[in-house]
Amino acid sequence: MYNEKVVDHFNNPRNVGGMDAPDAVGETGSFKCGDTMTLYLKVNDGIIEDVRFQTYGCGAAIASSSMLTEMVKGKTLDEAMEITNKDVADQLGGLPPLKLHCSNLAADALHNAIENYRKQHGS
Amino acid sequence: MESRQVYMDHGATTPVREEALEAMLPFYKELYGNPSSVHAKGREVRSAFEEAREKVARALGASAEEIYFTSGGTESNNISLRGAAKKHGPSGHIITSSVEHHAVLDVCHDLEKDGYRVTYLPVDRDGLIDPQAVEDSITPDTFIISIMAANNEIGTIQPIPEIGQIADRHNLLFHTDAVQVVGQLPVDVNEMKVDLLSLSAHKFNGPKGVGALYKRKGVKLNPLYKGGGQEGKLRPGTENVPGVIGLVRALELSVEDIPEKTEKLEFLRDKLIKGLLEIDDVILNGHREKRLPGNINVSFKYIEGESILLSLDMHGIAASSGSACSSGSLEPSHVLSAIGLDHHAAHGSIRFTLGRGSSEGDIDYVLSKIPTVVENLRRISPMGKAK
Repeated sequence: MYNEKVVDHFNNPRNVGGMDAPDAVGETGSFKCGDTMTLYLKVNDGIIEDVRFQTYGCGAAIASSSMLTEMVKGKTLDEAMEITNKDVADQLGGLPPLKLHCSNLAADALHNAIENYRKQHGS
Repeated sequence: MESRQVYMDHGATTPVREEALEAMLPFYKELYGNPSSVHAKGREVRSAFEEAREKVARALGASAEEIYFTSGGTESNNISLRGAAKKHGPSGHIITSSVEHHAVLDVCHDLEKDGYRVTYLPVDRDGLIDPQAVEDSITPDTFIISIMAANNEIGTIQPIPEIGQIADRHNLLFHTDAVQVVGQLPVDVNEMKVDLLSLSAHKFNGPKGVGALYKRKGVKLNPLYKGGGQEGKLRPGTENVPGVIGLVRALELSVEDIPEKTEKLEFLRDKLIKGLLEIDDVILNGHREKRLPGNINVSFKYIEGESILLSLDMHGIAASSGSACSSGSLEPSHVLSAIGLDHHAAHGSIRFTLGRGSSEGDIDYVLSKIPTVVENLRRISPMGKAK
């Protein structure tokens, strides 16, 4: 039911784990189906230098989380803010219609992290 | 350990056994007559068909005129519940449980919309229904009790004879969805004291799309369909002759196999349960002893079921899950919620169901793969000890 790219990200998720002294942390946890994601960012000069994630969820949620971390590395916060859930699903080459909602957590966690960072740093 | 294909989803369906398929084939070829026809081509099929009905009756401790062939468990449940309701009148009270299969539960929801009242009895942490609670919920307008013989998700076997006795005492119809039990455990409609019993061939190595309803003599149901006179007008439509022949052959053989198969499956089941519980933060769902011989259902804390299924699938292991993400809905299994599991434990549930082809090698293989699967997913998870 999943394409090869989704399966690859699920089997070999990129940038997994926590982070020591992250500059920003974002979370999505209000998912009705129970999926949760925590995203950690290292930010330098407005650029995302490093990223890590932890996700509780199905294959689509884990693959979307992993995909997102590849998409944001090296991006400015403004650029990263533009990334949508649909972009993540598209980058994965699409998800089964029933599983699309499971991919919605990744960009949400990213936006939450950036908002938290901006609140702390007043930028 | 060498990679292999392990099918542990017999609760979903089973492969058709060779003998059943062999028995069916002539009825797709030379024995193609319509059993309702007067001519020889029809008559030879009619006699084989009625012989099949005799054999099903014998396997259930019933008599032939009490057996009605249907398209499977869902149809048998619908004919029983809707048929009893329509016969009873425009309103009335139904007693069922909160852990029924959707083929009973959703029919009851539908009947509620039509004006019937339904009590959905709770279960304890093991999934057991209290017969006393059944009796206590009887009201003057109750007309039917429907309780499954064993649960399809957690394998818990219900005290059907006790509930049957209560139904009998109060002169109420008693229906049981025995789809998970027929062919797995001995079934006798008189010992169980049931008036209506649903069964499905594909759960005991028969073909899909065929099942039966046992209806005790004298029990009146309003048919759901109008058509020809087949199956005593309760289920009109030209008979699925090859399917019924396959059902019967599979049923005869699986009933014969019960003592040996039960012993084997219980041994394999208990070995798998023991091995799984050695992993940290794993809980067993369902009753420890009053449990279908081939059913194993556990929750892995901190990780989600669909992702576990997906990882197992990569290793060639087929299982199922009560997680929301594997069902396509947003809610986890109603059965796991009913036994008191929180959302996360329900989402992390995996069901392994063994069948006649299962071997100790399968169990060893699963136990060799699953610790790594769980560890890898917990490494990704933000929850609990994994953090």
